[in-house]
Amino acid sequence: MSAWFVENGMLLGLATLDGVSSAASVFMVAVGLNLVFGVLRVLNVAHGSLYAIGGYAAASTSLFLLARGMPAWAALPLLLVSSAIVGGILGPPIERLLRLMQGQEEVLQLLVTFALFMILEDGQKLVWGVRPVVSDAPVKVLGTIEVPFGSDAIPFTAYQLLVLPGVALLTLAVLAFVLRRTLFGRMIVAVTVDREAARAMGIDAGRVTLLTFSAGAALAALGGALASPTTSLVPGIGASTIVLSFAVVATAGLGQIEGAALSAFMIGLGRSLAVYFAPELEVVVPYLIMVAVLLVRPQGLFGTLEARRI
Amino acid sequence: MSRRAELVLALLGAAAVVLLSWAVPWLRFVLTIALAKGVAVLGILLLLRAGQVSFGHALYLALAAYMAAFGASRIPDTLLLLPLAGIVAAAAGLAIGLFVSRYRGIFFGMLNLALSMVFYSLLEKFYAVTRGADGLRVPATTFGGAALSAEGQSWAMLCVALIAAFGSGAFVKVYLASPLGSALSAVKTRETRLEFMGVPARLVLLAAYVLSAFLAGIGGVIVALSTRHVTPALAYWTTSGELVFIAVLGGAGGVLGPFLGAAAYELTRVYAAALVAEAWQMALGAVLLLVILFAPGGLWGMGQALAARRRPA
Repeated sequence: MSAWFVENGMLLGLATLDGVSSAASVFMVAVGLNLVFGVLRVLNVAHGSLYAIGGYAAASTSLFLLARGMPAWAALPLLLVSSAIVGGILGPPIERLLRLMQGQEEVLQLLVTFALFMILEDGQKLVWGVRPVVSDAPVKVLGTIEVPFGSDAIPFTAYQLLVLPGVALLTLAVLAFVLRRTLFGRMIVAVTVDREAARAMGIDAGRVTLLTFSAGAALAALGGALASPTTSLVPGIGASTIVLSFAVVATAGLGQIEGAALSAFMIGLGRSLAVYFAPELEVVVPYLIMVAVLLVRPQGLFGTLEARRI
Repeated sequence: MSRRAELVLALLGAAAVVLLSWAVPWLRFVLTIALAKGVAVLGILLLLRAGQVSFGHALYLALAAYMAAFGASRIPDTLLLLPLAGIVAAAAGLAIGLFVSRYRGIFFGMLNLALSMVFYSLLEKFYAVTRGADGLRVPATTFGGAALSAEGQSWAMLCVALIAAFGSGAFVKVYLASPLGSALSAVKTRETRLEFMGVPARLVLLAAYVLSAFLAGIGGVIVALSTRHVTPALAYWTTSGELVFIAVLGGAGGVLGPFLGAAAYELTRVYAAALVAEAWQMALGAVLLLVILFAPGGLWGMGQALAARRRPA
């Protein structure tokens, strides 16, 4: 065992660092998915496309502006700005359409989001083509950090080490604060728990839904934007993202925000360990984790069992 | 619609298929594929009856298609290969169904999608076995021991597809009328009451799921043996999406719906795909939205409404 550690310790450390940074961007998508599910009671399959579009938008605007003399450090705040724009532009029309479907059969609502997903996937291909797009300016600005690891040191980009997990933790903290401590957050919670009762109390449920949906869309776009400097964006990334973030959400239990952070970390770590030690299994690991959890706890790790309604 | 009228319509449809493939030879292939997809979509229809939608049935279609590709060198007869690969798909459906039949709605749809994505990447990654994205060539197969010319082979595949379509359509019709089938709509409306009556809802859904996997498998074998080439794309989410699209387009109201939808879909694709090759999924998504919003009964529902208007009861 110890011999194995000496031999593979470095890889293990690298895999952990990688896992943390990939968990961070998956978490952003999963938490948006959770918020949207809370207020609309529909799982937005098109959420993965928002991730992809957010990534593409961030990469291509930063490439565009850098070529026109934007200072390199500005690439970092640009990630935030571009994802807010994506959320602001795409969020409201999608929310409007999904609200039209409220009260319909669940399967129809799911189908509508699937139709949107089909439209957005091709839309993204029409705009950005099929060649990989990558802009690594934000990574280069911050340089690398030597992470001490026993007698060795692992060089790792500061971006992946600090920015990605930092933004994810900040998002988690802000969301927890907003939902528990502010009036608007409490309104979101009220609409999530019981829409009718919330409206009876004078809450404008439509406005809350619209704002929450746009925020969720922006979070997905931000997840994509944050991932864009370190991964190359290719068609199909939307599909794999929605499935992966669904795995995160299902493992944690639908609606759990802190739980989603933990399961994102678990799944991110599992996946990056697979990348280093069993590359063929990389794609399978997240779902193995999910299936294993769901077999034991069908409501997810942190979910509560919902009483069956007769 | 009476049972006789439906049978007459089905026979008329079959005659039209044969006539079209005789008059326009290149349509023979298109129609064979349409029939194969129609068979697979019948399975989606079963699940839709229970209010469930699977975004991952391409898994069974691709599994059976690959089985056919691997098996064709050892069991070179179509009439043996078809049921065998279908049974393999059904067995996979049983194994996965035992897990997914515990879930409804969102979870049911997404778990199916997740599993099919896993299967897709396995097909792509295990290059040594599956030849990755290049796919496998499917050797020519015999029909009841008789080796046919290319022309004869394509006619034979069309006949196989027609027979499979009739057989599975009739079976699904009987199934839906049976207690096991009627229980499906109870899963959709009020599952708890079904349980109160002593009917295990999970088993009802599981039975339909296994049958749907079998039907998707049959469709997959026919696709594999007609195109003579299988690739991981068969397992990709777009294929699953296509099946769901056809089910909604055709309408879940009757067993002819899937075939109507599949024929409309494949024929449109032949003509329109070149026009909007870049935005094919987008066009599909837009049509899917329009059908859900304005014609929830699909083509079959529209036809029925028209017939009812012309002949007021």
